Amino acid sequence: MIHTTRGAVLALLASALLLTGCSAAPAAAPTNGRPDPGATAAPGASDNRVILYSGRAESLIQPLLADFTAQTGITVEVRYAGTAELAAQLVEEGARTPAHLFLAQDAGALGVLTKQQLTTTMPDSITRLVPARYRDDAGRWVGVTGRSRVLAYDSRALTPAQLPASVFDLTKPEWKGKVGIAPTNASFQSFVTAMRVLHGDAKTAEFLAALKANDPQLRERNGVIVGDIEAGAYPLGLVNHYYLFEKAKELGRDPGTLHTRLSFFGAGDVGALVNISGVALTRNQPDADAQALVEHLLSPAGQAYFAEKTFEYPLVAGVAGPAGVPALGELKGPDVDLNDLDALQRSIELIKDAGLA
Amino acid sequence: MTTTNAAASAATALRSGLGPAREHPWTTAGALAAVAVALLPLAYLAVRSADVGGARLAAEILTPRVALLTARSLALAGLVGVLCVGLGLGLALLVTRTRVPFRRTLAVLAALPLAVPSYVAAYAWVAVADLWSGSRFDGFWAAVVVLTLYTYPYVYLPVAAALVGADPGPEEVARSLGRTPAETFREVTLPRLRPALVSGFLLAALYVLSDFGAVSILRVDTFTRAIFTALSSGFDRVGALGLSNVLVLLSLGLLLLGADRSRGRTRYARSSGARPPGRVRLGRATAPALIGAGGVLALALGVPGAALGRWLAAGASRPGAASEIAAAAAASLGVSLLGALLTTALALPLGLLVARTPTPAVLLLERAAYLAHSLPGVVVGLSLVFFGVNVAYPLYQSVWLLAVAYAALFLPLAVGAIAAAAGQATAGVEDAARSLGATPGAVFRRLTLPLAAPGIGAGAALVLLACLKELPATLLLRPTGMDTLATRVWSHTAVEAYAGAAPYAALVVLLAAGPTWALVHGSGLIGRTHP
Repeated sequence: MIHTTRGAVLALLASALLLTGCSAAPAAAPTNGRPDPGATAAPGASDNRVILYSGRAESLIQPLLADFTAQTGITVEVRYAGTAELAAQLVEEGARTPAHLFLAQDAGALGVLTKQQLTTTMPDSITRLVPARYRDDAGRWVGVTGRSRVLAYDSRALTPAQLPASVFDLTKPEWKGKVGIAPTNASFQSFVTAMRVLHGDAKTAEFLAALKANDPQLRERNGVIVGDIEAGAYPLGLVNHYYLFEKAKELGRDPGTLHTRLSFFGAGDVGALVNISGVALTRNQPDADAQALVEHLLSPAGQAYFAEKTFEYPLVAGVAGPAGVPALGELKGPDVDLNDLDALQRSIELIKDAGLA
Repeated sequence: MTTTNAAASAATALRSGLGPAREHPWTTAGALAAVAVALLPLAYLAVRSADVGGARLAAEILTPRVALLTARSLALAGLVGVLCVGLGLGLALLVTRTRVPFRRTLAVLAALPLAVPSYVAAYAWVAVADLWSGSRFDGFWAAVVVLTLYTYPYVYLPVAAALVGADPGPEEVARSLGRTPAETFREVTLPRLRPALVSGFLLAALYVLSDFGAVSILRVDTFTRAIFTALSSGFDRVGALGLSNVLVLLSLGLLLLGADRSRGRTRYARSSGARPPGRVRLGRATAPALIGAGGVLALALGVPGAALGRWLAAGASRPGAASEIAAAAAASLGVSLLGALLTTALALPLGLLVARTPTPAVLLLERAAYLAHSLPGVVVGLSLVFFGVNVAYPLYQSVWLLAVAYAALFLPLAVGAIAAAAGQATAGVEDAARSLGATPGAVFRRLTLPLAAPGIGAGAALVLLACLKELPATLLLRPTGMDTLATRVWSHTAVEAYAGAAPYAALVVLLAAGPTWALVHGSGLIGRTHP
């Protein structure tokens, strides 16, 4: 009886370990030295293995990583989670992180790591591939793709001529209860930060209060807003441009057949902010494999992948942008230094104060 | 060797304060180890709070918004807790004390909502409600409905087990002395159910405080959602820290409230097993009872079923290959089994202590083990990242540290079950065995362990279930590259690929149904003869 119990426990333990393909060793040993903060990565050794923390979803990035492994023989071990959770994890890990690089959904998260001196500066050969406005001026992170803020609208309810000309117009009475926003989402917060940079805190607070008073439709995520507009729940929403294409893909339809359309604010309107997804090297360097992966993301093939599969804007010159939206160069978004978008704290406070989160 | 000696002597030193001399020092040492694991998240909060400083934290906490969050979180936890007690008690009485048709089927189905993760349930309710009406299903009352429907088994299971196990004698005596059925219930049955009801209420209420899935999808601003928002939208660790500290204080309050009421001083004899408790005929009440219980179960189980089916049918996204699904299922099962084994092993000594020597010091230890139960998974996850990186680096991002996180999260589930079962084995039997010359080890193996076995099994099943559903800590602590069913659900829904997520979600529910079945079966609800 006792022996059977013990046997059962041992069997359970054995199967647990077998099922998880258990390895008692951590994903990587800590690197020996602690490089100086801000040290430039020297061309390091390659062990044909790189550890990536990815705030980008697996389905959006995995095929590109598979190409990389096929071409270089370098294995990529990926840890997928939310951009913010990974940023928090990286801050908690500090210099002992097993990760070699961090792929983030927005400039804000990269700014947090930069501030905590948890990144290693990339060589010029990498950073010069991307226009200056889409990378850190000191080379501590570099943009990989661009995403534009847009006004999504229901083409059954509104014609392009009826749309508001500026994002500030959304506080007018005619749009009361008709605008979907995702204030807890990083993309909305970057937009608010950009507004603060361009128009100051006072005007931003005023805008947020007026927006709140106009009874907006508060949602958790951009994708939900596009779904609501497509379903006719309300006619307008502030989202990133590619959510429409993701929705069409999930519905198995051509984006042109959806009722939801995109409108890009013009004339430098802050509602048309172009943010980035980007990558930073951690302090767990030098690692030649990590640099090779960054180069792959910024290669013509890598950039074309993003344009075609995730509908984002390539940032490297000479690669065609996604179909169905204006080219990156034609967008008339605001002139904001993305490095300024790391000052999220005050934006969150303003959003909270307005009662939107 | 030195460590073990030190542990033993520390245990001996504490023993005098903790309980009568008959407790083996290893039991005490084991209980202390369990509490140490459960308190890891609190240690992390303390360290980080000290970094930040009291003044900044106070500025973060003493705001009207935090007052509002407190009121709303407590209202949600309290209301759901009370509704869970009502629903759990009602269903438990129905399946144990009446001759309602389909009694056994109902007994099994009533436990099944526990197998549905709250994030799956909430998505499903929003999706199904969208079909009926233009207005969105969300807000406080939506969260009350969803959380109640998927949390009440925390009350139903222990109460039903107590009803099955109780000696029918006292109730029969009361009836024969002229008490009406209602009076008998109030004066005899209910007091005996009180420990099960109170601990079920506490587990449900603490779970509601910690839940993120439902409140985020149904957009109710509670502490957990605010903590997530602070972390994820503002990288606002100070804000998250401040809110977490308040959440710990809230659960402390709940636990103090429950402490007075949970464990009556009186112990109740179990039935000898010779006689099942009497079952009443419902007569004309049969149809309403059946419709009521059936309706609750149809909603709780039917809505996720319908939504999963609809996602599969309507979406073009697809899950990965069968091998990928199988790998995720194996990983889920593997880490959950490991978590359940570790948690149960840690819970055993504490559960035994609580059952056999419930001194104030022991009860304090037990409450301490519950304290972190209200913290959201992301905070527990980050605390284990901190612990792993700074203290146990060789374990960092291995399944072992993930199992420790599960133990920190779910220890109370196992402690409660083990204490309840072990409480029925009187210490007198063990004293008798020892006086007859059995060594303490032999007594433990041949008496204590077998007598506590049903509780150990129930505790392990509850923890296994919880581990299978857990998401935030798993995301942070799993080995790089490992995916579980829960993380697959997350990664698919994060890109709006609901059809791709559906098979993984369905598999979570299916796998979790296994331990749920074991719980029902083990509690004797469906006719097993109980000891």
